[in-house]
Amino acid sequence: MAESILELKNLCKYFGGVVAVDHLNITVEQGKIISIIGPNGAGKTTIFNLITGFVRPSSGKIFYDGKEINGLKPYVIAKMQIARTFQNVQIFPQMTVLENVMVGRHVRSRSGFIFSTLFPPVFRTEEKKIREDAMQFLDIVGISHFAKNTAGSLPLGNQRQLEIARALAVEPKLILLDEPASGLNTRETLNMGKLIEKIKKMKITVVLVEHDMELVMDISDKVNVVNFGRCIASGNPIEIQSDPDVIAAYLGG
Amino acid sequence: MGHRDYIGLIIMVVVVALIPRLIENDYYIGILVFTALNCLTCMGLCLLMGYAGQISLGHSAFFGLGAYATGILTVTLGWSPWAAMGAGACLAALVAVVVGVPSLRLKGHYLAMATLGFGAIVHIVFVAAVNLTGGPNGIAGIPHLHLFGFELSTDKSFFYFSWAAVILGLFFALNLIHSRVGRGLRAIHGSQDAAGSLGVNTARYKIQIFILSAVYASVAGSLYANFVNYIDPGPFDVMHSVLLVTMVAVGGMHNIWGALIGAVLLSILPEFLSALSDYFGGVGISYNPDYDMLIYGGILLAIMLFLPGGLFDGFRNLLRLSFNTMDNIKKRVFS
Amino acid sequence: MVAMGFNMIYNSTGIINLAQGEFVVLGGLMMVSLTMGADISIPVAFVITVLFVTVVGILMERFTINPVKPPTVMRLIIITVAVSILLKGSAMCFWGKESHYMRHFSGTEPYEIMGATILPQTLWIFGVLIIIVAGFIFFFNFTMTGKSMRACSINRDAARLAGINDRKMVMLSFALSAGIGAIAGIIVTPIIQMDYGRGALLGIKGFGAAVVGGLGNSIGAVAAGLLVGILEALGGGYISSHYMDAFALLILLIVLFIRPSGIFGSREASRLKEF
Repeated sequence: MAESILELKNLCKYFGGVVAVDHLNITVEQGKIISIIGPNGAGKTTIFNLITGFVRPSSGKIFYDGKEINGLKPYVIAKMQIARTFQNVQIFPQMTVLENVMVGRHVRSRSGFIFSTLFPPVFRTEEKKIREDAMQFLDIVGISHFAKNTAGSLPLGNQRQLEIARALAVEPKLILLDEPASGLNTRETLNMGKLIEKIKKMKITVVLVEHDMELVMDISDKVNVVNFGRCIASGNPIEIQSDPDVIAAYLGG
Repeated sequence: MGHRDYIGLIIMVVVVALIPRLIENDYYIGILVFTALNCLTCMGLCLLMGYAGQISLGHSAFFGLGAYATGILTVTLGWSPWAAMGAGACLAALVAVVVGVPSLRLKGHYLAMATLGFGAIVHIVFVAAVNLTGGPNGIAGIPHLHLFGFELSTDKSFFYFSWAAVILGLFFALNLIHSRVGRGLRAIHGSQDAAGSLGVNTARYKIQIFILSAVYASVAGSLYANFVNYIDPGPFDVMHSVLLVTMVAVGGMHNIWGALIGAVLLSILPEFLSALSDYFGGVGISYNPDYDMLIYGGILLAIMLFLPGGLFDGFRNLLRLSFNTMDNIKKRVFS
Repeated sequence: MVAMGFNMIYNSTGIINLAQGEFVVLGGLMMVSLTMGADISIPVAFVITVLFVTVVGILMERFTINPVKPPTVMRLIIITVAVSILLKGSAMCFWGKESHYMRHFSGTEPYEIMGATILPQTLWIFGVLIIIVAGFIFFFNFTMTGKSMRACSINRDAARLAGINDRKMVMLSFALSAGIGAIAGIIVTPIIQMDYGRGALLGIKGFGAAVVGGLGNSIGAVAAGLLVGILEALGGGYISSHYMDAFALLILLIVLFIRPSGIFGSREASRLKEF
């Protein structure tokens, strides 16, 4: 039986008078692709922000690998091998594609402030390794030919791939993808689906927030439907598609 | 990667070594010493502004702190100038932490205003704390620095020393930029959220860079005190802070060489204009140092409007353009 | 009043105009030239000065703010700094470095009210302040243009869709804040004697009042301005007059650090864009 790598227990988040997340309970099994879907404004990105420490829960708990992680800062969460992408692609536009991924290796490297100031790169063997490792992740994603390009000059589809390569460089056990297919055409979406399945083969658990239903139903092991901050249905894709509550939520019944 | 920067560093060493052979006039050498001190301060400021993306409109406060630390400790307490410089740097670092930590939560304009207020407060303290700082009259009789038993009392000797400090500072800055930490800083500037999600401790890095830039400014200030042997609150006011930002912005804040270019150009500019007006003296256009402010403001405005990447960026684009054109010409000729 | 100027520009564009203090200086100095130098009567000079500075404000917006794309925060801040340097430098070239004296609007004999001495000029200051505040309340709440400006500041895109010319609104906000800055400079010059270098300090204190009152909230700004002024004077009395300015600035820093939304402002308004 697969263990749950991530558990959201009774999670709540209030923004002033708005209830973004309302006593949410979700369990994520290790090594699977779990999707979170729901109408716009249902609180999906807030869930990611809660997990990754960008936002503090109003109440409730988040368990990762059995440990409580609610309220920890984002960089601590990254050190615990949770990585994420952003709904509006947050690559570093002024840096090259390779440099973007090299930043992803930050948690896997050690040189501190003082050490870095005193010695030029030639004396720091770690630098070379970071660069080589970063290249590998570009290969996995399939954009290594763009390595020297400025990240901001890439088209959206490649930028999304870059963001994923960068997140993979963290060598996460859990990766959160926030609408990775948003703005992509059919072909690009299919490639994205293949990439996500590749990630699953790397033994990384994937939590996916997505609007593209074909993609979601195609690759997910389990689907959670969220509306008004609550989980209203949970199951495999076939069950979800015929669930009356889900249909009602989407059609506004 | 970064090789070009280090080669540039070596070229700089050569140029600096040669200059005193070409320029005999002590007055100009003195100007170049001030230029060096501005370069040192601007390098620190550039790391803060261009790489970490934080603005400081009060940086001359740190410059002043270093100068006054040196002044007070050497004259009133008889400390050695080196010890005083170290103490000044520690003081600057401490102040940077005290001001920096609460400022972490501030962004954009709030940060600009907070640093402006900070700089103004420090300047007022310099003027008003007469018992400590000598008030508007300042402190006189600051001793020279001694290096390996050699007293740095001539303009020329200080020229070498101050530019050696700049080169050392540049070396450290380049090391930092081309490192994991430097990448982290640029990541913070690119997208603070993404940087955090990748394990970059943004708060800690911002403070560390703020401290580093404060120390650079403080050391420059101490050197200033040791060079001129007399300080008063005048050069450490808000206008000077703004001038520092101008130098970095005009030169190109996103690249450390830009900061150097900006500092050098704007430090030499008044002399250049004055020489120009002597030349045009007959025509009736005369240069008055009062016009300085107008000219600085005008240059800053023009650069910010038309060339936001600074002169460095403009220069680089120009080079790129000429290479491309040459390529195109080559293709046409040889096809 | 300076704080109100800051608020206006912040509300319509989201930027802090660091040249605001210079508008005040310009107003004061220009008034001095017209009344003392050219011997024009006060009301006429008042109108001319305000118009002049307002035009300067409009020019600033047209030529230095509007054309900037992309309008990154860092760039805009430095641009307003550059404009403030230019204005300051121009002031220095035209009016020199000395302080300028302007005669009071009415007599110079102070009144005795409840044991405190008040200069007539001070009464003028309060009077003008009340008129301005009343005028602005009326303008923003009861006229079409005023309401359009408010709409613009709340949601610029929505306002555009509603047919409001948002660029004109921004220009108007600059014009108004320049004008109000000029008025502030005019009424205060008889008491403090204006010189070219005062802009930065006046600007920072005005900004301080704006922040304390809650950036974007004009009633708060006025209240805060009075509050800060009183605290500053008290501090000057108790500690030492040299440190008076530092005291006001310290208040600003403390408020920024502890409660950036100010006393009357909202938490939301204090979340600003990153560089």
